[in-house]
Parts: sequence; C-alpha cells; structure tokens
Amino acid sequence: MDVVLLSRIQFALTIGFHFLFPPITIGLAWLLVAIEWRGWRTGDATWVRMGKFFGKLLALTFAVGVATGIVMEFQFGTNWAQYSKFVGDIFGAPLAAEGVLAFFLESGFLGLYLFGRNRVSKGAHWFSILMVAVGSTISAFWILVANSWQQTPAGYVLRDGRAELVDFWAAVFNPSTLPRFFHTVDAALITGCFFVAGIAAYLLRKNREDDLARRAARLAIVFGFVVSVLEVFPSGHLHARQVAHTQPEKFAAIEGLYSSTSAAPMVLFAYPVTPPPDLKAKVEIHGLLSWLAFGDMNTRIRGIEEFPPDDRPPLWLTFVSFHNMVVLGMYFIAAMAWGAWLLKRGTLWDSRRYLALLMISLPLPLAACQLGWIAAEVGRQPWIVYQLLRTRDAVSTIVPAGDVLLSIVLFSILYLLLGVLFVYLLVREIRHGPEPVAQ
Amino acid sequence: MDLNTLWFLLVGVLIAGYAVLDGFDLGVGTLHLFTKDETERRIMMNSIAPVWDGNEVWLLTGGGALFAAFSPVYATVFSGFYLAFMLLLVALILRAVSFEFRGKVASQRWRRCWDVAFGVGSLVPALLYGVAVGNVLRGLEVDAAGRVVTTLFGLLNPFALLIGVLGLVLFVLHGASWLAFKTEGALQERSRRQAAWAWIAVIGLYAVSTVASFVQSPFLFEHWFANPRTWILFALLLAACVTGPVALRAGRYGRALGASALALVTVIALAAEGLFPRLVPTRPDLAASLTVYNASSTPYTLRVMLVIALIGMPFVIAYTAIIYRAFRGKTILTPESY
Repeated sequence: MDVVLLSRIQFALTIGFHFLFPPITIGLAWLLVAIEWRGWRTGDATWVRMGKFFGKLLALTFAVGVATGIVMEFQFGTNWAQYSKFVGDIFGAPLAAEGVLAFFLESGFLGLYLFGRNRVSKGAHWFSILMVAVGSTISAFWILVANSWQQTPAGYVLRDGRAELVDFWAAVFNPSTLPRFFHTVDAALITGCFFVAGIAAYLLRKNREDDLARRAARLAIVFGFVVSVLEVFPSGHLHARQVAHTQPEKFAAIEGLYSSTSAAPMVLFAYPVTPPPDLKAKVEIHGLLSWLAFGDMNTRIRGIEEFPPDDRPPLWLTFVSFHNMVVLGMYFIAAMAWGAWLLKRGTLWDSRRYLALLMISLPLPLAACQLGWIAAEVGRQPWIVYQLLRTRDAVSTIVPAGDVLLSIVLFSILYLLLGVLFVYLLVREIRHGPEPVAQ
Repeated sequence: MDLNTLWFLLVGVLIAGYAVLDGFDLGVGTLHLFTKDETERRIMMNSIAPVWDGNEVWLLTGGGALFAAFSPVYATVFSGFYLAFMLLLVALILRAVSFEFRGKVASQRWRRCWDVAFGVGSLVPALLYGVAVGNVLRGLEVDAAGRVVTTLFGLLNPFALLIGVLGLVLFVLHGASWLAFKTEGALQERSRRQAAWAWIAVIGLYAVSTVASFVQSPFLFEHWFANPRTWILFALLLAACVTGPVALRAGRYGRALGASALALVTVIALAAEGLFPRLVPTRPDLAASLTVYNASSTPYTLRVMLVIALIGMPFVIAYTAIIYRAFRGKTILTPESY
C-alpha cells in the first residue's frame, strides 16, 4: 500500500479520536469555573457536590485527551518528516509555545484541582480550575496557530529549500487564526453545555438530585443557547467569509460551487457527484452566497472548474461534512432555544420528551466538531501547506509502508479499547451520580 | 555563547527536567509492577497522582523545543526510530489512562489488568529512553544519500541496550528515593533498600557505560577530558553517589532524593558534553552528522523561541513549585485518592 495514503489514514484516525476529548475538556472546564465559583462564594453544598461530580468526569476525559494527544506531537516527526524539515522553522514554534504556555498550566493545576480541594484554600482551589480552563484554551490557541498557518501561511520566505520565519506576529496572526480560534473554542463551549445538559436531563428524568440537576440544567441551557447562536453568527459567518477571501478552492468545494458565477447561490441541500462536478437534487437560494461572502449579491465567485484538477480538494466529502456540520449547528440553537423557553415557562422539569432529547443530543456537538474538521482539513487538500507543499511530498520517506500499516493496526486496536472503556466508565460514573450529602 | 549553543543547552535543560520529574513517576511505576500488597500499590500510585501529568509535559515541551530549534533532528530521529517511537507511545498511553481507569471498577481482575498497564507503561519508556540515547551516542546508520537506515532490531543493539538498562536503573533509583521520601512504614523501608541497591547498580553500570562509550564512539571524548566542565560535572556526580547512599542510611530522604536527581542531571549533562556540538552523529561517515549549526532553525526563530521560553519558564517553575508544596508530606489515602 501507498505510504502517503497510510500516513494520511493514521493521522486522520489519531487526530479524529483525540479531538473527541478536548472539546469536552475545554467546555466542561469553563462550566466548572462557574460551578466552583458559586460553590466557593456561596458555600452552598449543592454547588460543591456538582463541582465534584463533574470534576470526576473532567478527570476521565482529560486523561484520555492527554494520552491521545502525545501521539499527535510525535506524529509530525515520525510520519511527516519531510513536512517537519520543510516548515519546522515556523511550525515548531507554536507547538513549543503550546507546551510552555499552556500544557504546563492545565496539567499542573489539574492535579491541584482534583486532589487539592482539602489542602488549599477554597479560593486557591477555584483558581486551579480557572487555570485548567485558561490553559486548555491557550493550548487551543497555539495548536490553531500552527494549523491555521498551514491553511493561510504568512510571515515567511522560501529560502534554502525550506520555509523560514521572517515575521512572527504575521505568522501567528495569519488570516485564518482568529476566525478559527473563536469558532473552535465556541464549539468546545457548546460541547460542554450539551454534555452537562444531557447529564442533568438524565438525573431529572430519573427524579434524582432534583436541586442539583435543575441548577446544572439551567446553567447549561442558558449558556448553551448563547454560545450556540454565537457559533453560527458571527463566528461561523466570519470564518466562512475568511475562507471565501483566502482559500477560494476550499470555499468552492464546501459550498458546492462548481461553475464560476456572479450572484452565486447558497446551496441548502444537494448531493454532489463527479465527474464532472455536479449537484443533484439541489435546493438553493439565488445570490445569497455572493452576498454573505462578499457583501454584494453580484460578486463573482470562482467555481471549482476554474482551478486545475490537481489543485482541487475532494468534493463530495468536503461538501457533505460542511453542510451536515451547519445543520447540526442550527439544531443546537433550536434545541437550546426550546430549553430556554421551557425554563422561562417553568415547565422544563416536567417536559420528559425534551429531557430525553437533551440526553440523546449529548454527543452531537462532538459529531459537529468532527465534521467541521473534516471539511477544514480535507478541504485544504491536496496541500499540506496551502500552495507551498503538497501532502504527497510531505511524508517520511524512510519509513516503510509496512511499518505504518503496523502502527495503524496498533492504534486502532488501542483506541477502540480506550473508546469503549471511556464510554463504559463515563456512563457508570453518571449512573452513580453525585456523592450523597455527608451525614 | 551563540544562539545555537544556547538552544542546545535549553533543550538539554528540558530533557534533564523531564528526567528529574517524570523520572520518579517512571521509577515508581516500574517498582509498582513488582509490589504485591494492594494498599501499598495504591499509595505508590497516589504518591505521584497529583503531579505526574505536569511532569510528563516536560517531554512534550522538550519535543516541541526540539522541533522548533532543530527540526531536521526532530524529523530524522523520530522517523528513524519509527517503530520504537510507536512502542513508546503505546506505553505512555497505557500509563496515562491507567491512573484514571484502575480504581473505577471494584474487581480484582480489572485492577490487576491496569496494574500491568501502569507498570509496563512505566518500565518500557524508562528503558526505551536510554536505548534512544544510546543509539544517538553510537551514531545513526545513514546510507550514501544521508537517509537513516535502521530497523527496530537494529536499535536494540548491545550498546544501546546497556544505556537503556542504565537509564532504567537510574529511574528506578529515583522512583525508590521518591517513595522513601513520601511514604512510611514497611513501604518506606523497602523503598530505602531498593534505592540503596540501585545506587550500587548505577555506579557499576555508569562505569561500564563510560568505558563502552569510549570504545563504541571515541568521538564523544574528543574534548571531554580537556574540558574543565566535564570534571566539575564528574565531581558533582561523585558527590551524588556518595551523598545518596549515606543519606538513605541516615534516614535523610529529602537529601537522598536530591542526590538521585543530581545523579540524573549530571549523567545527562556529561553525555551532552561529549555529544556537543553534534546532535545526531552518523555512521559510517561522521562528517554527515547533524550538528547544532547545520540542523538548526534560523537565528530569528531561535530568538523568538528564546523570548517565549524566558517569559514562560519562570512562571512554570514558580507554579510547579507551589503545586508540589501543596502536596508536601507523606502520601495518605483519602476519598479523592485513586
């Protein structure tokens, strides 16, 4: 088998599995900042027990996140040595910064948060969960700096057969860093809210821990509604605008725009086919895409046909993943809005159907994250660094395909085991519920 | 001091920091594998539970710094040792999750399973790190085109295995010293004896390793003997090897732990002294070696990274010290414990 394809499969597998956990971690950590703040400032036992309960779930998630994260740091060197040599002068720095400025912070203070509740002051303990949330968010920033540089490289020159850094701030704040950072972090907040809301809904349906579950549900739904709206507008919109302006091939692929046209339509639903690129069963709104992306309904947007076939990303996967992500994003707004409305009416606790919906919705933000990342990374192909280095030229040339196949099998078995055990232990922990009030 | 040399030093500091901090985690995990009593196993795991994750970050930051400052080295070594790295990763993953998973189900078979994962997940990295260092000191095989050509079995050559065992024993020494410091009663007494034996093994293995290095890779000793730093480091190593056993016998376990840490740092520093300015020596043609000069990032990047390091690391050291301080004293089992 081809070592390029195998290396891509392995990267997709390992990053896909890894990225199930940081969104939960980041979202839940910030919610715990609020929960533990209430517990500290009011001394109310229910908030404290809520903190301990969700803190256990954070610990479990964080452990698997860290375990699967180490793989990623190493994989650039093991499987993408040509890439590492070509962009190391630029790409290595954000990774090192992530370690120095973020990993130490979140990992160090997590230990204090999980084990130091009775060893430090309440204020110091709250500070520790704040540092976990801040650290994991800074971590997201730096890894997104690195990945965004791949999408819209800046601040570099090509010299001596490699890309060399000449302007640090331009490289860090390249055109796509900030839109992607806000979009990813907000996605994590949505994930955390649905996580807490779903668990609170479970407890409410079982008539267990009514007081605790109501408070958790209230927090998660109100906050969840806000962040769900923000994710689409302005975050999703601004991010899509950035892609339209700086990555036209990707934009054409995610939106299914195959022929260049002015008054470009926004496709609401379709089934992409090739060859030649076409959309079946299309439902679209005339001119909406031009207007949204460029502010003028008559703007001409380049279709995929304008680009050389060798420079086009895979069309079906990019289109389908992007659109399904958007559908989920809209659903999150609707689901949280319904919950907020029930809250206002005071009937949330009795709405068993809605509570069931919240429960099954728990993992959906994770699906949206995966789909978004598929759109982002597959949409960047065939480039590993946009217009600078092709993915097929970036793999480690000295690693035999057989070795990569072996490592894929190894990780697949291990991650399958970890995934099953994680879900099993998480469900067990949730079923056990918060620790009862001390007698 | 030029930027390249400075970054050689900084990466070395990160590696030494990792060895001193995650080193005792790996040592404790290795010893855990051979511990029979359930309560003792729990205490051992809980002695490192609040700090192991922050300790492991030194590895990630060291890897990141290597990537940032010397990316051809990062790319060459990581891809060259591919299967060994995969083995290392699997072990580290198992160790990481075993903390959280182990105590969650009240079944003996479940706990035994995760005990093995924790133990193997500690022992394998403790061994492989030394094997990796040994292979670097020996020199990587490169073909005419300068590409590394080595297999997993090629990496497990006698010299590298010797350095691997030296590393393993150093980590076990450090782990046992940590346990003597953090525990009481029978566990503490056994750890004290384990550490005492480990000192003897370390001294013996280090002597053999130095001779073997001289035979295997004479280029490491080009400037070694003439360099005054070498002798200062050697004196410090000697001081550690005396202080450690004496402190153990006297029950001064804090001091003994300091000695094992010093031993780790000086062993690493002495190897670094021999290696410099090379980062990846090559065989058969030594002239093809990757050095701090021919395999580094641009001066601009090195300067930028230096600023990040100078801003970030003092904070890291400060809050790490504060966090360790919060967990001072003997390890006791509480409701929060694993």
